[in-house]
Amino acid sequence: MDYDVIVIGGGAAGLTAGIYLSRAKVKTLILNEGTIGGQMVLTHEIANYPGVENVSGYELSNIMKKQAKSFGCEIKANLRVTNLQLQDEIKSVEVNSKDVYTANAVIIATGGKSRTLGVPGENIFKGKGISYCATCDGDFFQDKEIIVVGGGNSALEEAVSLTKYASKVTIVHQFDHFQAVEHAILEAQNNPKIDFIMESTISHFYGDEKLHEVDIKNLTTGEITPKEIDGVFVFIGYVPNTEKLKDTIRLNSFGEIIVNQNYETNIKGVFAAGDSIQKKYRQITTAVADGTIAALNVIEYVNIQKKELTEV
Amino acid sequence: MLRTNLTHITSEEDFSKQINDNENVMVCCGRMGPMCIPVYGIMEEIEPQYSNVKFFDLEFDAPHSHVIRNLPECRGFYGIPFTIYFKNGKVVKATSSIQSMEQVTSILDEQFK
Repeated sequence: MDYDVIVIGGGAAGLTAGIYLSRAKVKTLILNEGTIGGQMVLTHEIANYPGVENVSGYELSNIMKKQAKSFGCEIKANLRVTNLQLQDEIKSVEVNSKDVYTANAVIIATGGKSRTLGVPGENIFKGKGISYCATCDGDFFQDKEIIVVGGGNSALEEAVSLTKYASKVTIVHQFDHFQAVEHAILEAQNNPKIDFIMESTISHFYGDEKLHEVDIKNLTTGEITPKEIDGVFVFIGYVPNTEKLKDTIRLNSFGEIIVNQNYETNIKGVFAAGDSIQKKYRQITTAVADGTIAALNVIEYVNIQKKELTEV
Repeated sequence: MLRTNLTHITSEEDFSKQINDNENVMVCCGRMGPMCIPVYGIMEEIEPQYSNVKFFDLEFDAPHSHVIRNLPECRGFYGIPFTIYFKNGKVVKATSSIQSMEQVTSILDEQFK
């Protein structure tokens, strides 16, 4: 056996699990497909993480990573998980189609990623007029006309912040009402630079070396209206990173992992934590709590396993 | 200065020297933001495996960033980071916005091997 526990995912939940497991002398490996920190890294400024005043997501993830490593946790990042064998007593994870790591237990903390529209032209014009980060790319759109797609808090708040740069912002939303909190809706509605196109979505992006035009589809009538535009910001929520698990682990209809109160999945020895599990609120604090509880339960599970092996 | 473990391009002269003195060069021009940090992370991770490539970052808001921002290959780029691949001082590939490990390594393998 290579490790007692393999944690798949190095965001807030995975790193927290790594801290707790390693501190309990449980030999732990964290495998992460992207940059350590997950969605946390995508946050410019975190102002509501208790005990830490105004920290960037990058800084907070680096602190968590350092903490985990200080207790002996091994961390491998920017890799690809190519195969998972979770059903057997000994779990194995294949990485980059060559290296295989084994463990008594696995914690899945694969988190989520920004949802994309998935329509023609989106991949072509990403970074060439289509953006998923207002604070990163907003200043490219000084005095230009842009669209914000979405109707939640992120969409409305970012639409307001983008009016610092853009001459006009049109919010395109699929429903006839917004999901955002009341004050965010009011702020957007009261902003003279913001217009709204409801019950609609973007169905096609067009351009040459950059984006020039979109098709806006009315979801009630099916009518498609072309619109010339300089940029589009997409804020339509997140999807869990669970595609590789769908044939193995029990997921709900949203693709979220179903766990019990001990954060165990339907497979013995496989636990899950963080944004990839079925839950209502997704915050760094809730991911940290998930990672803690999953780790404490895994410590108990691993110790029982070890004891049973010794007795045999 | 960007808070990465990569070598920073510190001036226009430094930029010219690096792309002309080294056969294969990758420069990521960005900020310490969510679309840029993952690309720096990938570069830091793969630097030891690509000894034939020199990896650099360049701060997007530094005065000398015009050496990247004004490249003809970056016309039409509206998302950071601007990531440019140079062979013998010439641009062979340019990408904008966040990139995955697979996207970066496939460019390196295609252009520099």
